[in-house]
Amino acid sequence: MTRYLVRRVSQSVAVLFIVSVVVFAILHFLPGSPARAILGIRATPAAIQAFNVANGYNRALPVQYLLYVNRLIHGNLGFSYHFDQSVGSLLVLDLPKSALLVGASYVISLLIAIPMGIVQALRREKLLDHTLTTFSFVGYAMPTFWLGILLVVWFSSDLHIFPSEGPQGASVTASLSDPGALVLPVATLTIVTVAQFSRFMRASAVENLLQDYIRTARAKGLADWQIVTRHLLRNSVLPIITLVGLSLPGVLSGAIIVEALFNYPGMGWLFWTATTAHDYPVLMGFTIVVAAATVIGNLLADIAYAVADPRVRYQPS
Amino acid sequence: MTELQPTNPMALGEPALGEPAIGELVVGGRGLRGIIRDFGHNRMGITGLAAIVAMLLFSFVGPLLYPTNQTHPNLLAITRHPSAQYPLGTDAVGYNVLGRLMVAGQSTLEVGLAAAAIATIVGTLWGAVAGYAGGWVDSVMMRIVDALLAIPALLLVLLLTTLVTPSVVMVIFVLGLISWLITARLVRGQVLVLKRLEYVQAAHQLGSRSWQIVARHLVRNVIGTVVVQATFEVANAILLFAALSFLGLGPPPPAANWGGMLNDGLNYVFDGYWWLIYPAGVCIVITVVAFNLIGDAIRNSLEVRLKSR
Repeated sequence: MTRYLVRRVSQSVAVLFIVSVVVFAILHFLPGSPARAILGIRATPAAIQAFNVANGYNRALPVQYLLYVNRLIHGNLGFSYHFDQSVGSLLVLDLPKSALLVGASYVISLLIAIPMGIVQALRREKLLDHTLTTFSFVGYAMPTFWLGILLVVWFSSDLHIFPSEGPQGASVTASLSDPGALVLPVATLTIVTVAQFSRFMRASAVENLLQDYIRTARAKGLADWQIVTRHLLRNSVLPIITLVGLSLPGVLSGAIIVEALFNYPGMGWLFWTATTAHDYPVLMGFTIVVAAATVIGNLLADIAYAVADPRVRYQPS
Repeated sequence: MTELQPTNPMALGEPALGEPAIGELVVGGRGLRGIIRDFGHNRMGITGLAAIVAMLLFSFVGPLLYPTNQTHPNLLAITRHPSAQYPLGTDAVGYNVLGRLMVAGQSTLEVGLAAAAIATIVGTLWGAVAGYAGGWVDSVMMRIVDALLAIPALLLVLLLTTLVTPSVVMVIFVLGLISWLITARLVRGQVLVLKRLEYVQAAHQLGSRSWQIVARHLVRNVIGTVVVQATFEVANAILLFAALSFLGLGPPPPAANWGGMLNDGLNYVFDGYWWLIYPAGVCIVITVVAFNLIGDAIRNSLEVRLKSR
């Protein structure tokens, strides 16, 4: 276990190092500079030179990289010239709202996808399985924003049940106080996510149903529902933990779209606004945070998995 | 246990085979005919193939049979309802929607296919080199893949598109350069198995250079996996392209693509102009499902061949 831990942690550190280098490189080679952005286009070369000296931008690249990492480690993600705020404070404001959207979609998706995948595995190659498979294929093939548009057309424009915009409050509590407005954004992200997770779950359950322990359970006379709840569920859910963790970047991509479509002021919306305004510090800061969250999340999922299933630890890399 | 891969979830049709035994993985030129025959028996695969052929004809031959002006707006005929003159109506600046669907299909399919081609070449070489080299080279190369996988694809695309002016060629390169990661992982995994096989060892003993072994033996033997992944990458590239166009970062008009058409239709959600909202979306769904079906069918026929040994 210790060897496994050491290997996974050192891999994660290496990955984070590479992410920081990539982000630093992009930041450095982008057109424009912090000095220009802050001092404006009329700044004299002398003023820009003075700014660069004062902030260390005249140093050698490796030194600049170390300074950048040093700032990152101290929680300084940079400063947004477009929003006139530190990236960190923007993050504190908007991250919880995205977490609400993504978290709710993740939980609902799993609650739907796990039973759906198991039912499909039990009724494999039957009508129900084919119907749900068709749903998954179409759900996966739909551009997220088009699905969102259709939901708006049906439930907002035609039926007037839900509003076409996400909650507009500035904080999470404000968002939660307007649950009706959350329905369509969460539903959009959930449908896309269920389409993927149910496939993972079905594949995992089908593979487990062929195992000897299921035959043993059948042989000793357990009822079907007991086999499912006692044996199949646990064994087939465990392997998809990793896949669900690895899907986080994909779901976050979906969240950018959903937030842009429903005008929901979360991280994704901010990111999109920053893209159109060429606000690089925000783009970079968020990229780092999202990548770090993904890497650390996967690491934790792997460790939890290794604790739950000893076979994982002895796998050669 | 098989190593779990964050591959396309639509590829998880049937139970995955375990770690292939040594010597089991050879799908060379001889087996190709068998794969095609198996594919021919797969109804879903044939359906997918037929849909792609139909889409290609619609997009590339269609405009020859049904020529429309997709360059100059016609402000005297905007948002017309479908009629005999305009089978799918006209959009906000008077473009014939049916004709525009065809032209938009061209760039959408081009982006999907070309981006997947770039991703496949880069990913195959990267994975083959990493797996064959092993040791620290492998570690460094795969950590780079991990790092790029940790960043949401859309985020990377948005970052890159802020650097370049959007055009079909640029979008192809940007999407190609972020889509090779999964292919690289899959290829590396197979090469790790292949390089222990006797014939690769023999080639090594006979004095073949490393690059010759990678190019002649390893790449050729992972072609099945690569082709399957490539079809999924076409589907993914089309979806990413649509997302990009929705976010306003696709090629600007008069260039047309399906995602961009949907984005234009967004303004008329509350007006009941259904012909601006449904047709382009349906085209995307059909194309993406079709590529997924083809990939699934090829994968199944590959596995049938493995099982029958």
